[in-house]
Order: sequence, then C-alpha cells, then structure tokens
Amino acid sequence: MSYYLDLAFNGLVFGCMYALMAVGLTLVYGLLRILHIAHAAVYAFGAYVAVIVANGTGSLALGLAASIGAAALLGMAIYRALYQPLLAYPPYVPMIASIGLLVLMEDGFRIAFGEQGLTFARNPYPTQLHELAGLTVNTVQIAIVGAAIACVGLLALVAYRTRIGIGWRATVSDPAMAASFGVDAIKVRYLNFAIGSALAALAGALIALLNNFVEPSMGFVVSYKALAVIVLGGLGSLQGTLVASLALGLVESYGTIFVGHFMDRDAIAFLFLIAVLIVRPQGLAGLKTA
Amino acid sequence: MSAYVYSLLAIIGINVMLAVSLNMISGFCGQFSLGHAAFYGTGAYAAALLAAGGSTLPLALAAAVAVAALLGVVVGFASLRLRHDFLAVTTIGVSFLFVGFVRKQAWLGAEMGISRIPPSGLGNEGNALLIVGCALATIALSLYLRRSWMGFAFRAVGDDEDAARSAGISITAYKLAAFTLGTGIAGLAGGLYAYFTQFIVPDSFGFIVSVMLMAMVVIGGTGSTLGVVMAAAILTLLPEIFRFMKDYRLLVFGALLILVVRFAPGGLAGIGRAVLAKARAR
Repeated sequence: MSYYLDLAFNGLVFGCMYALMAVGLTLVYGLLRILHIAHAAVYAFGAYVAVIVANGTGSLALGLAASIGAAALLGMAIYRALYQPLLAYPPYVPMIASIGLLVLMEDGFRIAFGEQGLTFARNPYPTQLHELAGLTVNTVQIAIVGAAIACVGLLALVAYRTRIGIGWRATVSDPAMAASFGVDAIKVRYLNFAIGSALAALAGALIALLNNFVEPSMGFVVSYKALAVIVLGGLGSLQGTLVASLALGLVESYGTIFVGHFMDRDAIAFLFLIAVLIVRPQGLAGLKTA
Repeated sequence: MSAYVYSLLAIIGINVMLAVSLNMISGFCGQFSLGHAAFYGTGAYAAALLAAGGSTLPLALAAAVAVAALLGVVVGFASLRLRHDFLAVTTIGVSFLFVGFVRKQAWLGAEMGISRIPPSGLGNEGNALLIVGCALATIALSLYLRRSWMGFAFRAVGDDEDAARSAGISITAYKLAAFTLGTGIAGLAGGLYAYFTQFIVPDSFGFIVSVMLMAMVVIGGTGSTLGVVMAAAILTLLPEIFRFMKDYRLLVFGALLILVVRFAPGGLAGIGRAVLAKARAR
C-alpha cells in the first residue's frame, strides 16, 4: 500500500515540476500562438546559473535568486530577438527558430561547462528525509511541491486581483480590444516571457538540487513533455495545464511500474496524450470548437 | 567514384525522399507533422525484418511502403480530428512513441537494433543508384502532384479547410491521401536505408530526425519542391562541410537554423522568388 502512495507522491512531485514548466509555455502560447520549444533551454539555463552562483558564493538562496532573475532577462531577450520579428509568419516559422535556439544553447552549455555536467558543492537537501503521513520524503521534493503551489497561487492572485493581471488577461482574450482600452500589449508580452522564464528557471534549479546534477541536455525531454502537458490541458488554458501536469506526473509514475517493460517513460506520457486527444480533441479543459 | 561519394549520394537521396514526402503532407496539404521519422523507421524495421527472414528486395521494399503507409493512415485519421498545434504536438508524440516502443521490444532487437541485414546484392554502386533513382522519381511525382487536380485540392485544404469544404472538396479524402502518399514514400526511404546500412538502431529514427526533416522543409521554403530538395542536400552535406569544426558542429547548425529563419522566413524558395522578381523588374 505505502508503495503505491510513494508512487503517487513521486508522480505529484514530477507533476509540480511539469506545472512550473508548462505555465510559462501556456502563457506564451496563449498570447502569441507560438510553441516555445526553447523554453527547455531556459530551464537548463536556470539550473546552470543556480549551480554556478551557489558554488561561487556558497549561498543557495543567492543561486536561486540569480537563476530566476537571469532567466527572466533571458526570456525577454528571446522574445525581442527571436519571436518579435517572426510574429507575422505562420507559427511553424518561429517554432523552427525556437528549435534552433534550443540546439544552440544546449551545445553552448556543453562547450562552456563540459559534457559531464556540474554538481552542487554543498547539497544536503535530497538526503534530508522527513516522515509525512506515512511517506518518506526529502526536503527538495517538499520544496518543489511548495514552490509550485506558491507560484501558481501568486500567479492566480496577480491575474485576477491586480490591474496588471486584468490587462494581461484582456490581451490574451482580445489583443486589439485590450489595446484600445489602453493596455500596452508589448509590455504584456515582455511580462509574459519574464514570468514564464522565471518559473522554468526555478523548476530547473529545483530539479538540479533533487538530482544534484545539471547536464547540457537536461531540458530536452522535459520540454516535449511540457508541450504535451499544455496540449493535454487544452492549449492556453491555465487551469487545464495544472490538471494535465498532475495527471501526466501520476500516469508516468504508475505507468513505468505497470507497462514499463513494454515502452519507456516518454512513450507512456505521449501514449496518454494521444489517448486523451482521441476522446477529447480539444484537450482536458479546452472549449468545444467546430 | 569512391565508396565515400556513393554513400554520400545515398544519404542525400534518402533525405531528399524524406523531405519531399514530408513537404507533400506539411507543405502542400498544410498538415504540420513532427513525426515523419517514425514512418521512416517503420519502413526500415519492416524491410529489415523481412530481409532477415529471407525475403527478396522488391518484396521487402513493398512491405516497407505498405506498413509505413498503414501507420500514416492511422495518424491521418488523427489529423481529421485535431487541428494545427494539437496535430503538431501529437505527431511529436508519435515520434517518441515509436522510439519508446521499439526500444523495449526484444523481437525488434530493442536498444541494439537489427544488425546483419542481408545485402541487397546490388553492391555499393547499385544501392546508391537505386536510391538516387527513387529520389528522382519522388521529385518528379512531387512536381507532377503540384500541377495535378489532387495537388490543387491539397492546397485548398491547407489554405482554408472551411472554404475547401464549401467548394465541395472532401477534406477527409485528401488529408488521408496526403498522409498515405507522404508516409508511404518515407517507408520506402526507410527500406532503402535498411538495405544500405545493413544495420539499424531505434535512435536513427528519433525526434531529432523528424525535426531535421521539418527544418529541411522550412529552410527550403514550405511547399516548394525544388527549394526543399536543395535544402535537403545542403543540410545533409553541412555536417560533412563542417567536419573541421568537430565539436562546434551542432552549435553552428543551431545558429544557422536561427539565422536562416530569422532573415529569410520564406526559405530558399522565398529568396529565389525575390531574386527573380528583382531581375524581372530591371
């Protein structure tokens, strides 16, 4: 019994990590209709900055802060340099550019920091175990779940309770109308990339802590999983994305045990995606169209 | 010609077949697919299994086409229900599903793949000629298709489904036709590849390959057969040209992808058209 609970918790931790990644992708997709594959490079970037700054200064808090800040800037730079000039073209054009950036950055990490990857100099957190309702969990796992809940809660608060958030939601649902009411659409886009990238960096840094390891290609599979999550959630729907993240985390966790001899973890995730889309082509929370 | 030149020709021929067939699905018919390598792999595995079982070359290649096209029809049915970005991500899923499934199947050689595929009996030169011949036939078919009624219907479906439907074009029939045709050719390319290398592993048909093929289509200029052929040849040769850069090959590839898309979003065909227009204006 407790074995299945452990699996469920493991799935929940992965689900929360997917959620942190996927929220940024959903924000970008909702606003610009671009599948932002290079988001994975931002995730890896966040992990690298966290490790390097934490090892350099000896302070993990400083490492996390630097990672979040630097990733927000990187996200805005990606929008400005890569996506903004390509907005007039069909969505697969920026997507290919995005894939190019992912390849470029992954190889950049490899050349700059080596194939073997990096580890934290001092990282006792994954081995600090706690008893929680019959489960044995470590500090980093708690931090991932906590960070996901806090970030999503904060985001919801901003989106629904502040002026910036209202302008943001207005721009997502009707850019021209929002602009005519004085919302600065360009500012909203920068904000979008800053927040999404900061969340991805946080996810990357926490996963780096969990595995005590960062490597150049760490973002690769996660990025496609996060794409699967946002499609599963109904593309552009924040609530759907959260439900889909957790569902995917759980399905992977149990699937690896029950059908793991038949297909690998990534295949299970995408089989789940395809199965859901056959029943609900608009995704879990998507609106019925056509 | 040396063996090296023959093998280069063969690889270019295979990539041309793959990119041109993907262009039929994504360029002509507007169904964005990031899972083309899965059909390529299906063809390769089908041919490899049959060849290892003692089948003749034509039979194995025919089976490669049939099995890949069958899988293509299944994915084509998905395209009837899913639109645009949903389809793009679903086809990414098809790519991962194929590799993830094959990796765990003992009868497909799992991680180790299938080795000791019997030779085609044509020799290096014969293999390369067969592949180049198939590639030329694919190009001819694509050029013909563009001018045919079917190509016209493909374009109508790709441009605006609702308008095409109201003009009496069967969306279902033409989407399925595009997928069947495109994935069948990919299967043939896979079969030829299996005979050419005599050794296949799951990773040769992974998502990266699908992305590379889509990059060939976009860099060539979506919908333009000749542009896509050129892009396929150039992108295949690039790693050979950049061999002297060794460690920096992927870095350069990523940068080139960004630069081409950023400064010539219409691809090579777009550049070609612009140059022609300028020459005419003069």
